[in-house]
Amino acid sequence: MLRLEMRQQRSRGWTAASPVFAVVATMVAGGILFAALGKSPVEAIRTIFWDPLFSELAWYYRPQLVIKAAPLVLIALGLSLGFRAGIWNIGAEGQYIMGAIFGAGAALAFYPAEHGFIFPLMIAAAIFGGVLWAMIPALLKVRFGTNEILVSLMLVYVAEHVLSSVSFGLLKNPEGYGFPGSRNLQDYPAASNPEIWEGTGIHGGAVTALIAAVGCYILLNRHVLGHQIRLAGQSPRAARFAGVRPGLLTIACLGISGGLAGLAGMFEVAGPSGQINVDFSQGLGFTAIIVAFLGRLHPAGIVLAGFLLALTTVGGEIAQANLGLPSASIKAFQGMLLFFILAMDVLSGYRVRFGGREAS
Amino acid sequence: MTDDRATGPGPSSNGAALLEAEGICKAYPGVQANDGVSLRVSEGEVHALLGENGAGKSTLVKIVYGLVRPDGGSMTMRGRPYAPAEPRAARGAGIALVFQHFSLFNALSVAENIALGMETPPPRAELAERIREVSEGYRLALDPFSTVGDLSAGERQRVEIVRCLLQEPKLLIMDEPTSVLTPQEVEALFGTLRKLSSEGTAILYISHKLEEIRSLCSAATVLRRGKVAGICDPREKSAPELAEMMVGQELQPAQRTERAVGDPALEVRGLNLQSRTPFGTSLKEVGFEVRAGEILGIGGVAGNGQDELMGALSGETPVAADTVRAKGEPVGDLEPNGRRRRGLLAAPEERLGHAAAPDMSLTENAVMTGTIRRGLANWGFLDWPAARGFAEEVIGRFDVRTPGPGAAARSLSGGNLQKFVMGREILQDPEILVVSQPTWGLDASAAAAIRQSLIDLAERGAAVVVVSQDLDELMEISDRFAALCEGRLSEAHPTREMTVERIGLLMGGAAGGEAGDAAA
Repeated sequence: MLRLEMRQQRSRGWTAASPVFAVVATMVAGGILFAALGKSPVEAIRTIFWDPLFSELAWYYRPQLVIKAAPLVLIALGLSLGFRAGIWNIGAEGQYIMGAIFGAGAALAFYPAEHGFIFPLMIAAAIFGGVLWAMIPALLKVRFGTNEILVSLMLVYVAEHVLSSVSFGLLKNPEGYGFPGSRNLQDYPAASNPEIWEGTGIHGGAVTALIAAVGCYILLNRHVLGHQIRLAGQSPRAARFAGVRPGLLTIACLGISGGLAGLAGMFEVAGPSGQINVDFSQGLGFTAIIVAFLGRLHPAGIVLAGFLLALTTVGGEIAQANLGLPSASIKAFQGMLLFFILAMDVLSGYRVRFGGREAS
Repeated sequence: MTDDRATGPGPSSNGAALLEAEGICKAYPGVQANDGVSLRVSEGEVHALLGENGAGKSTLVKIVYGLVRPDGGSMTMRGRPYAPAEPRAARGAGIALVFQHFSLFNALSVAENIALGMETPPPRAELAERIREVSEGYRLALDPFSTVGDLSAGERQRVEIVRCLLQEPKLLIMDEPTSVLTPQEVEALFGTLRKLSSEGTAILYISHKLEEIRSLCSAATVLRRGKVAGICDPREKSAPELAEMMVGQELQPAQRTERAVGDPALEVRGLNLQSRTPFGTSLKEVGFEVRAGEILGIGGVAGNGQDELMGALSGETPVAADTVRAKGEPVGDLEPNGRRRRGLLAAPEERLGHAAAPDMSLTENAVMTGTIRRGLANWGFLDWPAARGFAEEVIGRFDVRTPGPGAAARSLSGGNLQKFVMGREILQDPEILVVSQPTWGLDASAAAAIRQSLIDLAERGAAVVVVSQDLDELMEISDRFAALCEGRLSEAHPTREMTVERIGLLMGGAAGGEAGDAAA
């Protein structure tokens, strides 16, 4: 018989090791899934995890990893603060979309003028858009006690409708021959977010993500607010006693995560994506939830997890193209990763005992 | 009863053995809860199981009641082997247990609650009739159709006792039954237990309250650290002798000197507070004053507004600004940190999850309340070396047994964590300190250390409020005493003028009259 015994203290070793076990377990389960689809599991796993880094086309894929990882890391960092405090922002996707719309809108309002203030203005507008969208669940929760999980999630769908509305209306390219979608910001130098070093994939978003990771680390480990966030997540009554104001904390956590998600949306629309369009939303805001947990809600872990998820995404696309794997199977594969990471989590808080001489 | 004195003139052998346990062992990870414990309860006797918290009393009771299976040892019931696999088997053998914490549904009536605990409940009217019979026969005044949520703690306990008596047990186990009762209710309970005993029901009475045991029990088994430290007749021993058996060393009573009392430090006037939960207690016109250098004890049965009062004093539940004043300044509308800045500190009752965060290290727990007064943060950035130093200071000065400030709060024993929590607040040099149940669940030596530290703090000129259900504790350390009853606070009286009867009446308010009815 198998039973779980609570540990006196969370095991640091298991906390660090469990993501590794989760990845291995995902490879095994994913391999079974791919085998069931009639593909060679070894080849599929190799294509997903190995080819983007070391195949002869890796010179193309490696920058792609940075481009995919940057927004995931940026969003996940913001989410991790709330998740640590027990504030569940599930709607980062909506905040990401709104940040992109506000950022792009701010730039397109000045098109085609070339000014130095345009890019900073886009940053401010994107943060504003993301925060605005996050404040809806935050204020509703603080004022009326609504559930932020439901409200933030539903606002994703509202944001998607806003996205298609502006793609067909407000931000539509007047010279776009009637097709939906805004002007391409890559063709608007004052508003574009190009690669900083050619061929590396490192653009403003990637640099910002790294700065944000350092900032989150300092916040969590050196600042009173970070301490309050951890306290509120572990023990709400103790937090209240320590002087944490739950309402302010909700606003702060949702605000920071909304702002970072909005920023990620702006870097995406000004860089790799280039334009606001109906297909702008790729579900990054949801994938970032996996990244946040896979990274143990720790800033350094999130950077690593962002690359791992980018790897499975890029690798998954190669597998789709080369092996004909359905894209849904790649999504299932990423979902398994979250499932296993949460399941493995038990091991850091509990000890597994075999054999069953037990009372009670 | 046959006179069976085969084992010699020990007090526990003056009747036929009902329950005998030999060499009971039970280990939990990190503790040997029972280590070769033997127990012999005779027919019809009131047998005390005495010991400090953590001595192994509860484990032994759970083994007897079939909730826990022992690692070793054997039991017999009336000479027949007895090894209950589950509580149902124990009940079948004639053993009933009244829990320390009640397992009742507030929204249901007394009769419905009792029916829920029965395997084949009789029809409602018949059950109500039987409840009335039993409650009248044993002076346990109880209306079968009243809602449990409206009952006092004493009445709830009667529900549990009646539930047990309906099974007509041969052995009734009572686990710390008086911790929630007023002195008058305690007397009424003892009357019931004596009657039961005279009719031949044996009672295993678990407690660490020595005077109670001396007045009620005819035999006692004393446990210390999982072993039997002695078997005696408690009526022939003095309370200090019993305490010494229980603790294994002599205890120093708290030392106090007469001290000058200064200006009013904490004033509470006209404090009204609506309870947030349906079965909580709202505070009504609570008012008191504590001067610098003074200890005010607030007694009362649990659930009479203690939690609400603590919340209003610590700042977790802000109230109208001028209902709470610290050194003359209105602070009622301030959050906990605003009050800390003004010298008003608090230590709530529940250690894990309220006063301390279980999974955080002691250093992080020191930061929890110490940031402001110990200057552990600059511009919001925490000074971890200073925080660690503060935690080490608390550990050193208050004799907290732990590997170091990096240990999680959860890994500490209750007593050590309480020492840490109290030390954390006291070393912040509070001008006013409000504590709730400062020694709840602690062993006698840790409790004595904490009481002494509160007295020392008052001697240094702080105003101290101690909210506690332990009357002996309040009598020992407080200068003045007031009681909370149904959300109202009595007038505060000098403690030296108080007698147990007066305290009981203060704690009672309505409950005092009610206990009188039950005893009549």
